[in-house]
Amino acid sequence: MSTYAVVNPHIEHDEPGMFKKYFWSTDHKVIAMQYLFTGMAMAMLGGFFAYVFRMQLGFPNHNVPGYGFVTPGRYNALVTMHGSIMIFWVAMPVLIAAFGNFLIPLMVGCDDMAFPRINRLSYQIFLISAIVLLSSFLVKGGAFGGAWTAYPPLSANGNYNLTPLGSVLWLVAVALEFVAFLLGGINFTVTAMNSRAPGMKMYDIPLIVWMIVLASVIFMASAGPLIAGAVMLLFDQTMSTGFFDPTRGGDPLLWQHLFWFFGHPEVYVVLLPAMGIVAEIIAVFARKKIFGYKTVLYTTWAVGFLSFVVWAHHQFVAGIDPRMANIFSITTLMISVPITEMIFLYIATLYGGSITLGTPMLWALGFIAEFLIGGVTGIFLGSSGTDIYLHDTYFVIAHFHYTFVPIAIISVFAGITFWYPKMFGTMLNETLGKIHFWGTVIPFNFIFIPLFITGTAGDQRRVYSYAQFAEQSRPALQHLRTTSTIALLVMLSFQFVFLFNFFWSLRNGKKAGPNPWRSATLEWTVPSPPPHGNFAELPTVYRGPYEYGLPGRADDFAPQNIPE
Amino acid sequence: MSASAKPIANTRAGTGIPTAKLITWWVIASEIVIFGGLLASYIMHRLGHPEWSEAASHTNTWAGAFNTLVLLTSSLCAVSAHKAADALDGPRAAKLLRLTALGGLLFLTIKGFEWTKDIHEGFVLSSGGFWSFYYVLAGLHGLHVLAGMIIMLIVAADAAKNRELQRVECIGLYWHFVDIVWIFLFPLLYIAR
Repeated sequence: MSTYAVVNPHIEHDEPGMFKKYFWSTDHKVIAMQYLFTGMAMAMLGGFFAYVFRMQLGFPNHNVPGYGFVTPGRYNALVTMHGSIMIFWVAMPVLIAAFGNFLIPLMVGCDDMAFPRINRLSYQIFLISAIVLLSSFLVKGGAFGGAWTAYPPLSANGNYNLTPLGSVLWLVAVALEFVAFLLGGINFTVTAMNSRAPGMKMYDIPLIVWMIVLASVIFMASAGPLIAGAVMLLFDQTMSTGFFDPTRGGDPLLWQHLFWFFGHPEVYVVLLPAMGIVAEIIAVFARKKIFGYKTVLYTTWAVGFLSFVVWAHHQFVAGIDPRMANIFSITTLMISVPITEMIFLYIATLYGGSITLGTPMLWALGFIAEFLIGGVTGIFLGSSGTDIYLHDTYFVIAHFHYTFVPIAIISVFAGITFWYPKMFGTMLNETLGKIHFWGTVIPFNFIFIPLFITGTAGDQRRVYSYAQFAEQSRPALQHLRTTSTIALLVMLSFQFVFLFNFFWSLRNGKKAGPNPWRSATLEWTVPSPPPHGNFAELPTVYRGPYEYGLPGRADDFAPQNIPE
Repeated sequence: MSASAKPIANTRAGTGIPTAKLITWWVIASEIVIFGGLLASYIMHRLGHPEWSEAASHTNTWAGAFNTLVLLTSSLCAVSAHKAADALDGPRAAKLLRLTALGGLLFLTIKGFEWTKDIHEGFVLSSGGFWSFYYVLAGLHGLHVLAGMIIMLIVAADAAKNRELQRVECIGLYWHFVDIVWIFLFPLLYIAR
């Protein structure tokens, strides 16, 4: 083929045993599956928790079917664990680790990650972190109930949060999870920088790879202070130091700075891979080159930079200097500019394209539409004036679910439906896929639009029972709270359609072949599922990743690895 | 694929920097942020609490200064080890790496005596803001010294047999980083009064 072609020595090998293959493998595709299935299991748990506490809010003080009576303490633990799990044990492992592991070596044209054993270690630490988190349900006092942001002094003192052991385990689990993703993220970055196929220049790298790598770098640069903060908080909890406890000379605001210096970039850490997935899908399904590939990258860098200077917008009511609040309002509003630009570029890609509305494309378009609502409502919270009124109300809940659900649910379904044929070798059922799409997206809006209204009316978040607070009760709003809960039940029940489709299609889906979507990137040039070592002959790259809609060719696209 | 066979991904160098060195730099970058966050928190608190200088005056500046000397000397050994590895003299590189690790051991021993004295005088982790930061910062740094020593001995065992000589430079880079962190800690914890 070409002078660069290297025959891959790892393509022929002895079939390892079951344990070695699925639990001790260094193969990036197996590790991706481990992350994917662990993330899916945790998502079911997180969804179940949402069901339980939403039932308490929609139908207060009734027994919840499948759970029992929700006491105030358990309510706190449920909301804390729902938030923690969905962000740290669902969005991160699925969006970054599962897609990153599966796609990066395949898309940059190499046989594995640069450091396969570090990769395996990353998953093992992640698994331990998940087990530590789940074990906190079994200790005395139950799981941590101090909210996923773990503000001290509530989180620092067992006498305040009443979950003295749960809070320690939560912190250890989060710290371990960070270590796992630092190892994984550094591996991704090195692989994408160093291990690309010959000929793949900086601007020939598919956007999803760029986005996952940049997300890993942002994570790496933001997580450090919180790791340090976690050590400090752990000592506050267990060794009676006073870093964050004002009664011992500490400063609780310091934790908020350390937490949100990580926490706000984290939003973009999970957003970027989602944007990358959507970019891949709309290019393929609109048969069109991404409009402004380089501009998408420039806006991504701008987002990455700005994400480090917006964190204090979470602290407008925490007693920070009002002059600081002004500065952070401005930077927060600024960050919407590059994100808006990115969305415009995606819409411009659709313009004039030859669009097929397959299930992955529906999810991708759904992402753009729903995320837009999340972004627009963020303007009100980023401006310190309106935020002082809306802070800690259900408006905030509705806002960030309009960002996180498109990110962690909608784009993940887009990615799974798109790469499922590559991962498992069979096609998902399209009809079931579309039923699942509409059954998820419509109820999703019915969950959170009512919460915008209750939040604007003044409903505070993290309240177990409104009836117990005279100024909070507002019986007239109860029907909105109930509507939201019922919509959640509908949305959750439609997820069984997905689960059925997922497992049924493994055996019964029609064979996918190497390239069912007629896509141009390198992962589609190998068999589905790809063999160990990926490429029989390691590819050379001749062009960018999005050469679609080309006139005068037998097919309308040019794969990256084919010379003219 | 046996566990020791390296994937092709590991042998490529798209940036021109060898993979092992590249990942070492990224690890150091992630460590800088961890120590950076902790140091920034300490400096902000220190500026807000002038009364901490009384506590700081109890630290033993001479022990700290001697430890600085020990670490800097051990870094010199790490540089010499890198030079030996470049000359493909594995056994010499291994000897120098072990000497470097010995420097780490001396550092930790002195630290141990210092902390014993501090604790006997009643200054423990929970004795107030300064001491909390003192133990956490120096403790985290000490853990890095310990980890560096262990990795160094593993690398030395390979290097003695002329295997994986590229790792000598990487562990050296890491050791210099640990050294530089101490250069920040020494004035901030010992000299600043």
